[in-house]
Amino acid sequence: MSARRRHPLAGYAVVLLALLLTGLGYAAVSAAGDASASPAKITQSAQVAQGRAIFLEECASCHGQFGQGTPGVAPDLIGVGSAAVDFQTSTGRMPAKAPGAENDRKTPELNPQQIKAVAAYIASLGGGPAIPTAAQVSLRGANPGFGQQLFVADCAQCHNFDGAGGALTYGKFAPPLTKSTPTQIYEAMLTGPEAMPVFNNTTITPQEKRDIIAYIVDTRTEPNPGGFSLGRIGPVTEGLVTFLGLLLFMVFVAMWITAKHRKTPNE
Amino acid sequence: MSDSTAGHGPGDQEPEAGQILPTETGDELPARPHRVIGTPPPAESRMLLAETAPGSSAGLPVERPRELPADPEDLDDAKRAERIVATCFIIAMLAGFGFIASYFIFPVHSVVRVEHSNLALGATMGLTFLFLGVGATIWVRRLMPHVEMTEMRHPQRSEPEAREAFAETFKEGADASQFVKRPILRRTLIAATLPVAVAPIVLLRDLGPLPGTSLDHTVWRKGLRLLNYGANTPIRPGDFSSPGGMITVVPDGYQDDFNQLAKAACIIIKFAPDQVVYTDKPYPVSGYTVRNWTVDNIVCYSKICTHVGCPAALYEETTHHILCPCHQSTFDATEGAKVIFGPATRPLPQLPMTVDAEGYLVARSDFTEPVGPSFWERGNSI
Repeated sequence: MSARRRHPLAGYAVVLLALLLTGLGYAAVSAAGDASASPAKITQSAQVAQGRAIFLEECASCHGQFGQGTPGVAPDLIGVGSAAVDFQTSTGRMPAKAPGAENDRKTPELNPQQIKAVAAYIASLGGGPAIPTAAQVSLRGANPGFGQQLFVADCAQCHNFDGAGGALTYGKFAPPLTKSTPTQIYEAMLTGPEAMPVFNNTTITPQEKRDIIAYIVDTRTEPNPGGFSLGRIGPVTEGLVTFLGLLLFMVFVAMWITAKHRKTPNE
Repeated sequence: MSDSTAGHGPGDQEPEAGQILPTETGDELPARPHRVIGTPPPAESRMLLAETAPGSSAGLPVERPRELPADPEDLDDAKRAERIVATCFIIAMLAGFGFIASYFIFPVHSVVRVEHSNLALGATMGLTFLFLGVGATIWVRRLMPHVEMTEMRHPQRSEPEAREAFAETFKEGADASQFVKRPILRRTLIAATLPVAVAPIVLLRDLGPLPGTSLDHTVWRKGLRLLNYGANTPIRPGDFSSPGGMITVVPDGYQDDFNQLAKAACIIIKFAPDQVVYTDKPYPVSGYTVRNWTVDNIVCYSKICTHVGCPAALYEETTHHILCPCHQSTFDATEGAKVIFGPATRPLPQLPMTVDAEGYLVARSDFTEPVGPSFWERGNSI
């Protein structure tokens, strides 16, 4: 054994093994830890590089090669922050199918890992609000009653008292909030996507944001009579259609009643 | 179709089918015809009217021809119709029994059960009336003759004898009641009813008082802080710092006074530098925002639409439109909230703002013009 201890390849083997262990250990640590808290600049820059690659492929045609935007078509993305990217891509609004008044929610084209990469790239262009952590959007202890007061004061005018959304000017609209996740609602308030105003953390505090989210989420569990309910008003539209249909029916009945049938004997 | 002339029952009619037009039996009829059947030619019409002597409304018992045919022409068809009508009535009857049964079958001790009960009761009752109506209509259309009837109107003036009798009775009553002979009773009775007659006029006072100058002012005054509505916290310009931000603000101390908020509610909007078209004049100029009334590109506008007073607060950060949801009045926030669309005719009034010693946003004064919709006393109202 001792004769073999100094095998010529032993040194290389040890170095390789050590590298492998370090790499594996690091990978495990970086995967488990918070990406933003990770001090490893190599991985972060790798993520940024991947994000840039995806950006060039999916976004640059409108937003420009360096996120500088195209006047009249797409806004510049310098300083919008990772929260804006996460909101736009995780709700499927971006990449947009076509330029228009409003991008509606659809199935996201990018997977969560790609979204993180693009978010990291955009954040690297110039700060901006970051994606909220799970703790930041936790609804534990949130007060939906207070959230309702805030929602009614500043959100309900566009999004409807129940978050059903509504029309704006020139084809724009406030989307329904029925499918939005707490993270997405938080990001929307923070970044003001599309026509929505910004509600920064010093205007509506993070706790107040959680209260608002709690209200929006809570209302979803309230009983809903269903139908095309115009935001939980109830099946009014069906009632209206039925009413108009029956009205038409009554007109025909009235015509039938008064139509001449049996002939007058002196005719 | 009602028999307007007293004393003429169906029994008076001679069962003579086929005699339709009274002209055919004109010689036997009295001067005024009882009914005119069908649509007689104009000449006959005139002749009949001319024959009608005024004041001769007292019916004369005469023999008159049968006016309506007794049987339908096609008896087989009538038989079929009879069966259909009878079927409809039987369905209606069954549905009616179903209504009674539903009442007992479906209990009403929960919301869902009430819904079921309502559905069953409504459906059975609806069917009852529907088939009653359908049956009746088929009956009328297929079994009854389809003829137009004209009934001559009798004069509304009573007979001279009746009028004399009434006058006599009235005078007798007036004498017997002592109404004429005892003036004190008559006058006190009139006096007693007088206040009752005047009372409704007095109650009209509740329509007032006139609003005076109350519509010209809001509770905003110099130094009153703007509160972030809902959270009800004062606002520092440094906190409301993100361009594109918009919140509803209310005067400090009035956050729960809805009557005052109906006039005083405002929105503040934070703009990026160079977005707003300012005027340096110290008063509102159409199409401009007063620079001196803003703080650090934060502008405060009334939330009350100048059309009919809805809360106009659908702010679009990209276009800087303030939209009113009621009638789509749209205001451009960067140009003094001037109207760019919709039925509103005046811009949203701008609230003069400044900061107090502690750095919070406060009102510099009340609005310099009445907020909200136009009103008669506003002067230069459009």
